[in-house]
Amino acid sequence: MEHTVVSASKFNAWFGDNHVVKDVTIGIEKNQVIAVMGPSGCGKTTFLRCINRMHELIPGATAKGSLKLYDDEVYTMNPIYVRYKIGMVFQRPNPFPNLSIYDNVVAGYKLNGLKMAKADMDVIVEKSLTSAALWKEVKDSLHKKGTFLSGGQQQRLCIARAIAMEPEVILFDEPTSALDPISTSSVEQLFHELKENYTLIIVTHNMQQAARVSDKTAFFYMGELVEFDDTKQMFTAPTDVRTQNYITGRFS
Amino acid sequence: MKNKRLDLSYTQMKWETVFRRILIFMSVILVLIVIGILITLIIESMPSIKSLGIGYLWGKVWDPVANIYGAYPFLIGTLLTSFIALILSIPFSYAVSIYLGEYNPKGWLSNLLKNSIELIAAVPSIIYGFWGLFVLVPVIRTFEAKIGVAPYGIGIFTASLVLAVMIIPYAASLGITLIRMVPSPLKEGAYALGATRFEVIRSVIMPYTRSGLFAGVLLSLGRALGETMAVTMLIGNTSTLAHTFKDLIFGPSNTMASVIANEFTEADHTVYLSALIELGLVLFFVTVIINLIGKRIITRFTNS
Repeated sequence: MEHTVVSASKFNAWFGDNHVVKDVTIGIEKNQVIAVMGPSGCGKTTFLRCINRMHELIPGATAKGSLKLYDDEVYTMNPIYVRYKIGMVFQRPNPFPNLSIYDNVVAGYKLNGLKMAKADMDVIVEKSLTSAALWKEVKDSLHKKGTFLSGGQQQRLCIARAIAMEPEVILFDEPTSALDPISTSSVEQLFHELKENYTLIIVTHNMQQAARVSDKTAFFYMGELVEFDDTKQMFTAPTDVRTQNYITGRFS
Repeated sequence: MKNKRLDLSYTQMKWETVFRRILIFMSVILVLIVIGILITLIIESMPSIKSLGIGYLWGKVWDPVANIYGAYPFLIGTLLTSFIALILSIPFSYAVSIYLGEYNPKGWLSNLLKNSIELIAAVPSIIYGFWGLFVLVPVIRTFEAKIGVAPYGIGIFTASLVLAVMIIPYAASLGITLIRMVPSPLKEGAYALGATRFEVIRSVIMPYTRSGLFAGVLLSLGRALGETMAVTMLIGNTSTLAHTFKDLIFGPSNTMASVIANEFTEADHTVYLSALIELGLVLFFVTVIINLIGKRIITRFTNS
């Protein structure tokens, strides 16, 4: 298990008294795409947000249990450092509206007050935008505002912004649910390329998407991790009856 | 690179702590100032509290020459002027909020109106006092003669009218902002069901902004309770309580703030001065109590 990047054991999370993530134990390996699925309110997004400690930013939200990045306990690490190591892309594209495309990509560096030479910054911008499959489309308008882009382009800009920090893991919270089918497929295509260098954890409502893009799938139900297995195995022969019911559409 | 980044994150956290402490420090200073004012008021009104006792609050006579001090006439004066002003101002501030928030949120006319309304708050209160004396008082005098009350021209009614104008912008500008912030999907949902503008305002916008609009009204009321200059110039400055309701509304009177403004320089012995300061203390508590009641009402609105 030396390739395990993120591991949780008996991990719990609450909103006030509401127990939303219950005793989750999971090990996520390097350079894989993990899909996290389950019905609304099953705790999948909360679990995702716990991984880079975004959960605790909500007043009243608490978490308990062990969650590790490699061998380090995430909840004793410096949260700033955790979020540098574990990037995140949100449901709705959220490029900073006051910044240009260029500045959006290096926003992580600027926000953190990391100074660097213009040339180095240019390299990071080009590399990140290329990795996010956006370079060709925007290379002539780098200094325009990011909000002029289409929804799909904006989302890829947000992915570039996350990649620019060179994280170990990138979390995606329903990254395509606000996008049209063409933009969705371009983002999905991107996942295949990104897993060469990063570990991706993707929360999705879309079962076809989970089947298309992921190596492994985790199924959450009522706050519990019901099943975690190879995606093919999960979609063809799930071991738990709840997983089977969900996949066959008997409830959602 | 990695360790450098980790070191940086600790520096960032340190600054975060410093920043948070600065914010807490600033906020605590404000609380201390309020508490300090309260303590000063209490200490300074001690001579009056000791010699006059609790009866000060409902004593109906205020006669400094005879050394008799009762706050009741001013309490009534303050509450009456403020609430009459509030009732007169509410239709205007709601109408303006709805018109500029929903019907005409953009364009030069909208901007002109919004800026003019905000200008109302920027006019110094002494100017309202002057305007009231020279323009409003003669008009009111004629009106009073017609309805058969003593035509003083000055009094609670006149002060309330001017006060009503002065407090409109507080409720209106908050109302405009709130109504503009109502999410358009919500409004469109109602339009798509065949609702008219009026129906959307009544059944979607009003329920959504109700507690916020009420908070604006409360802001107006707070301003009305404490307003001194314009009221002092228009209220007539009589410390005796009128006997009939008509005389009370249309005759000269006094508010807590106007008595303090008028008599502070004349207070020539300890108990007199202290009685005036105690009036300030009472005004402080009246404002606090009305604000607390308002907050309770807002929470009730928001929860239901």
